[in-house]
Amino acid sequence: MQAFTTLTGIAAPLPKANVDTDQIIPARFLKSIARTGFGKNLFANFRYNPDGSEQPDFVLNQEPYRKAEILIAFENFGCGSSREHAPWALLDFGIRCVIAPDFADIFHNNSFKNGLLPIRLPREICEKLMEDAKLGGNARITVDLERNVVVRPNGEEISFSIDPFRRHCLLNGLDDIGQTMQHTTSIDSYEDKQRQAQPWLHAAENRL
Amino acid sequence: MSAGKPRTLFDKIWAAHVVETLPDGTALLYIDLHLTHEVTTPQAFEGLRMAGRKIRRPDLTLGVIDHNIATDASRYTGIVDPESRLQVETLEKNAAEFGMPLIPLLDKRQGIVHVIGPELGRSLPGMTIVCGDSHTSTHGAMGALAFGIGTSEVEHVLATQTLLQKPAKNMQVLVEGNLAIGCSGKDITLAIIGKIGTAGGTGHVIEYCGDTIRALDMAGRMTLCNMSIEGGARAGMVAPDETTFEYIRGRPMAPKGEALARAMEYWKTLPSDPGAHYDTVVKLAAHEIAPQVTWGTSPEDVLPITGVVPNPEEAKDEARRAQLRRMVEYMGLTPGQKLTDLKIDVAFIGSCTNSRIEDIRAAAAIAKGRKVADGVRAMVVPGSGLVKAQAEEEGLDRILTEAGFEWREAGCSMCLGMNPDKLTPGQRSASTSNRNFEGRQGPGGRTHLLSPAMAAAAAIAGHLADVRDYQPKGSL
Repeated sequence: MQAFTTLTGIAAPLPKANVDTDQIIPARFLKSIARTGFGKNLFANFRYNPDGSEQPDFVLNQEPYRKAEILIAFENFGCGSSREHAPWALLDFGIRCVIAPDFADIFHNNSFKNGLLPIRLPREICEKLMEDAKLGGNARITVDLERNVVVRPNGEEISFSIDPFRRHCLLNGLDDIGQTMQHTTSIDSYEDKQRQAQPWLHAAENRL
Repeated sequence: MSAGKPRTLFDKIWAAHVVETLPDGTALLYIDLHLTHEVTTPQAFEGLRMAGRKIRRPDLTLGVIDHNIATDASRYTGIVDPESRLQVETLEKNAAEFGMPLIPLLDKRQGIVHVIGPELGRSLPGMTIVCGDSHTSTHGAMGALAFGIGTSEVEHVLATQTLLQKPAKNMQVLVEGNLAIGCSGKDITLAIIGKIGTAGGTGHVIEYCGDTIRALDMAGRMTLCNMSIEGGARAGMVAPDETTFEYIRGRPMAPKGEALARAMEYWKTLPSDPGAHYDTVVKLAAHEIAPQVTWGTSPEDVLPITGVVPNPEEAKDEARRAQLRRMVEYMGLTPGQKLTDLKIDVAFIGSCTNSRIEDIRAAAAIAKGRKVADGVRAMVVPGSGLVKAQAEEEGLDRILTEAGFEWREAGCSMCLGMNPDKLTPGQRSASTSNRNFEGRQGPGGRTHLLSPAMAAAAAIAGHLADVRDYQPKGSL
């Protein structure tokens, strides 16, 4: 996983609540067996006309937002399906941070596993950042994970809170599995105990 | 958790599965059952392969193919779409390479992952169950802690049989009283989501309580738990009781004899203790719930079938007004229009929400002796090969096909628009699935969520209809 430390970039305004994962990446594009290549279909139903041409009104089809690295949205971002293709599509497009008042749980988890930083900030602040984002290429926003601050184009610093374990993993680009494997002895002894206490969970009739 | 403190069903299952608590409070949680399907696993297996890792407990893992496949006879001659075929073949190859049990596509037990788990007796009370699919919450109806995960977490569970999780908050949804005629688990869940909103359950696990829930059969409870995610909760649960135990007895993969007796002894300790604390409590009176139908593009935009399309200009703030204007436009509606005046093109009865035998019986009861309206495509997609076989044994397929419904093979079908069953732009569907998002059933498709009986009534009427006006003609 790519580490996330600080990022200064163009922020795209997406002033919508309940941006669900079917909007982020529609199901018909989930057939790939790779982790990459989803960026071209990010927000496909909004970005493209049925004939495949671009919808000029959609923010990510406009300059400078084609190069956006930050996305500003409203409540309940990432609701719906558990598809990790949603953060993969955002990352593949080039977006490495989403700022919204809140996120749906599974999307929030999935983001951290991939080096995409979801930042929760109150609605009033998201509205200010939305206005900043609308200014385009001259209004870059900085996200500093080492200092836990978002820096507005006018220099104002807004601090955000984030789970310390997830922050640590992001800053260092750490893979969860490797860390969990350090607890293998505990998992072994848990399994032994459970096998005694709830033998039906490990029984042969469970097999296909 | 101090000894003696009253605990909820969730608290008990959680505590019983903590392998270790890390210094920051994150728990390493043991997973008793990991269900897999073709869409959210290829990248996870690729990750294992690249790191030289194995599946820690293949015997606690079960795969099935459901999302991608056609639900017509074409599955018997091979999958036509090359990308779908590759994804299915990839799961088959990975299952063989990593020793994961997989229900083959043409096996009679094949079906939607959230239908087959309980049906085979594999999903049991007290378990932790995960799957790379948000509707894993369905299995909570068994009295299990079941939730959807992303592909990185799928890889984590494959490799370690555990997950890193933060404890959730407890939400109690208390439904009391008799359910009105024409209403089902689907109407309860839609009414709940209408009340709490799509983010109402964020950070929570919902426990459904009250005599209305106790009176629901297992299929109704599964429908209810299935849509917990649409209310923002990762999991929904119903405490195990006699209805649960009766359902489990005799299922092929469930414990039997001595093992079942011992398991039941444990399962009976699971229901929440009197006085257990819930962070949030939501109450509903069952008799106030009328048959529900969504009108907009979020499951929270739901009304009784007697309602009219809302006027966006009456919403409280500009953001909401803009959102509602977009919904009205996308859905092709006029404010003030009666919901029962909305003509439909497609009726879809199926999905992990409503494709069990009870759902098909409910649809057949309305369809019997009636005909699907001209110009409506009505399809019934059983949740599994076993549901299909049982329905055929009961003669439900004949009742439905005589009425003009298509009777199809098991799969996710028109719930999500990633297999050949899709809406075309502008088509309006009465659908028993779980999401009415823009484009969910196909680009430009317009989805109205409702119960199986309501979908059958709409198919016959040719427009959204009040099932209470379509009483069954005789018994099934």
